[in-house]
Amino acid sequence: MTISRRNFLKVAGAAGGVLLAGGAASAQGAQAPETSAGGVEFNGMLIDTTKCIGCRACEEACNEANKLPKPKVSFSTESVFEETRDTTTGAFTVVNRFPNEKKPDAPIFVRKQCMHCNQPACASACLCRAMEKTKEAAVIYHKDRCMGCRYCMVACPFDIPRFEYNSPTPFVWKCIFCNERQKKGEQPACSEVCPTGATLFGKKRDLLEIAKTRIYTEPDKYVHKIYGEHEVGGTGWLFLMGAPEEKLGLKTNLPTTPYPELTSGFLYGVPLVFVLWPSLLIGLNYLIKDSKVDEKKEGSHGEHD
Amino acid sequence: MANTTDAAAASTEGTMTFRQVARETIRFVLSELKPKGKMLTPFNVITGGIILSGLVMIAIRFAYGLGAVSNLSQNYPWGIWIGFDVVTGVAFAGGAYVLCFVVHILKIKKFEPIIRVTVLNGFLAYVFYAGALLLDLGRPWNVINPIIGNAFGLSSVLFLVAWHFLLYMICEFLEFSPVVAEWLHWPRARRILEGLSTGAVIFGITLSTLHQSGLGALFLLAPTKVHPLWYSGNIPVMFFVSSIFAGLSMVMIESFFTQKAFKDRIGHDLHAAHDSILLGLGKGAVGALFAYIFLKLIDFVHYKQWIYLDTPMGYWYLFEIVGFVLLPTALFLQAIRKRSAKLVQFTAFLTAAGVILNRLNVSVIGFKWYETVRYYPSVMEIWITLAIISMELWVFRWVILRMPVFGEAHEVVEEKTAEDMEVVTWKASVL
Ligand code: SF4
Ligand code: SF4
Repeated sequence: MTISRRNFLKVAGAAGGVLLAGGAASAQGAQAPETSAGGVEFNGMLIDTTKCIGCRACEEACNEANKLPKPKVSFSTESVFEETRDTTTGAFTVVNRFPNEKKPDAPIFVRKQCMHCNQPACASACLCRAMEKTKEAAVIYHKDRCMGCRYCMVACPFDIPRFEYNSPTPFVWKCIFCNERQKKGEQPACSEVCPTGATLFGKKRDLLEIAKTRIYTEPDKYVHKIYGEHEVGGTGWLFLMGAPEEKLGLKTNLPTTPYPELTSGFLYGVPLVFVLWPSLLIGLNYLIKDSKVDEKKEGSHGEHD
Repeated sequence: MANTTDAAAASTEGTMTFRQVARETIRFVLSELKPKGKMLTPFNVITGGIILSGLVMIAIRFAYGLGAVSNLSQNYPWGIWIGFDVVTGVAFAGGAYVLCFVVHILKIKKFEPIIRVTVLNGFLAYVFYAGALLLDLGRPWNVINPIIGNAFGLSSVLFLVAWHFLLYMICEFLEFSPVVAEWLHWPRARRILEGLSTGAVIFGITLSTLHQSGLGALFLLAPTKVHPLWYSGNIPVMFFVSSIFAGLSMVMIESFFTQKAFKDRIGHDLHAAHDSILLGLGKGAVGALFAYIFLKLIDFVHYKQWIYLDTPMGYWYLFEIVGFVLLPTALFLQAIRKRSAKLVQFTAFLTAAGVILNRLNVSVIGFKWYETVRYYPSVMEIWITLAIISMELWVFRWVILRMPVFGEAHEVVEEKTAEDMEVVTWKASVL
């Protein structure tokens, strides 16, 4: 027990160090990732995979709250767990079942949906600002602006945005963190109906604290890592894992860099090139023109059209 | 043709009112729109068929959505329309900015005879490939959003690329416009336009640098999706450098076919200088290739990618580097040493194939290489791409046959039959 506790502290300490180093390396990373640029505390969601019983009440609530088309098989059909499902244009969240190696008779259920990244790749990719991070946390979608280029899909590290390929006037669909409900002071539909508290809504800072306490008090039950704390610079949704992430269908190879920083270097160079290139080219042009005129004075009059 | 000379004579007198000029011009343009030569050549029949059936498929795409014609999926949002038409096609259009730099900035006269045809090709490539981009957009009518400014995605590389495409097309049109003015017999307009073109050239080179590298920078946002052997923080620089030799190779390939297809439109200057121009282009390409190899080497050391070499993707990577970067470099060097224009031309084909391979590896083949169900283009996707290339060839031929692209301004050229213009071979075989 004590050993794993000490290990956990070591991991937490190391992670903190990484965060600090990252903050020092980039101006953007320096601000606390739990708040938006305006200083508003981000809302978040804590998913405790050990508490989820796979009832899919969240899926059903999401379907109703977002007025999505009813699925072919009902929300109480268990056979859906036989294959790993993905979100679709009509299902913003899905629950999947994974085998539990420690306790074979108690499989682990894991939800999948948009992670509402602190600095979302989708929003930084979108050239029409159709994907937008609100100051409260939600990454929402403006239908009227989108031009359907699907760059958000290319960029999203979690493969979340879904596109209507079979419509002449297609949209992109994904979880929008029940933004309208949040604005009214309500919590998202899925966390409201969750009967076991496996999906917990709150301020992200508080949720992180809860998650850390849970790992600390029950170190054998959890993997000593909060998925989403550092991935791609931190996400709004946090996962407590009953098994290592690779066993739960979560992406394992994500960098801790916030995605917008991957292109910011290039974009900073743009104005530079815009100033430097023309001046260099004009200068070069004059220089060479002058030397050619000198040459011509001596030579014949080979005037070119 | 009678109209032409009338209009020419009238406009040089300078006594016509604006309305008369406009009327004459419209009549002239209408007469020029008629196709020249025989209609039923193999080239016309094949490409015409491809274009017509392609148009039907485009109609299906707009009526039923992208899924009706393409194999795109939630896992593969971008297919060959982006990976080939845009990312590869624009690289090949790079010849225009490279030659503009050489001719207009460095004032190297030697390449002047081919500058017009190269700019024309660059311009058409942009018009048609950027046009192809509209097919790929789910909601193309919203493409004006980032332009008119009700939604500026300033943090997006794609925003930059979109704007640059637009501005660059205008620049290239300006660069080419004196030729159009010559064709329309507007000497005054021609003089004004020529004055503008230095500015257009400088602006055009700047824009090209940025969007050629910008196309690569698009993929910076997919660090876990592009195969590690191709992903690198240097993609933008590599895309820029490879657009130089891609563009130059395309110019050499073009000259290979135009020399055959438009033999009698090509001026004596160009005929005489042809070999030495080719060798010069080869030298330029070798320089860029060396820079590229150097970049690849730095990358390889920096990202410690050798652990991936002993995998199927690794072999594929080696195939690309050895066969289509190192080999062309060696062949170009050999060709320059032996002063063999033939070998330069052959190597240009090899280099172009390498560029296609590389761009597809970044954007399609190496993209999400780990998925079990992979994307491959549907027949209709390929067909529509062929249709777009065919349309470009038709327009290209139309312009070449009418405007003084090969530098025989003001001469009255007798009409030619289109029989020997089997242009289709050149792009179809390369692209
Ligand atoms: S998970 Fe993907 S779609 Fe959701 S906010 Fe992050 S980048 Fe955007
Ligand atoms: S598909 Fe729409 S939301 Fe996604 S990047 Fe393109 S314009 Fe933005």
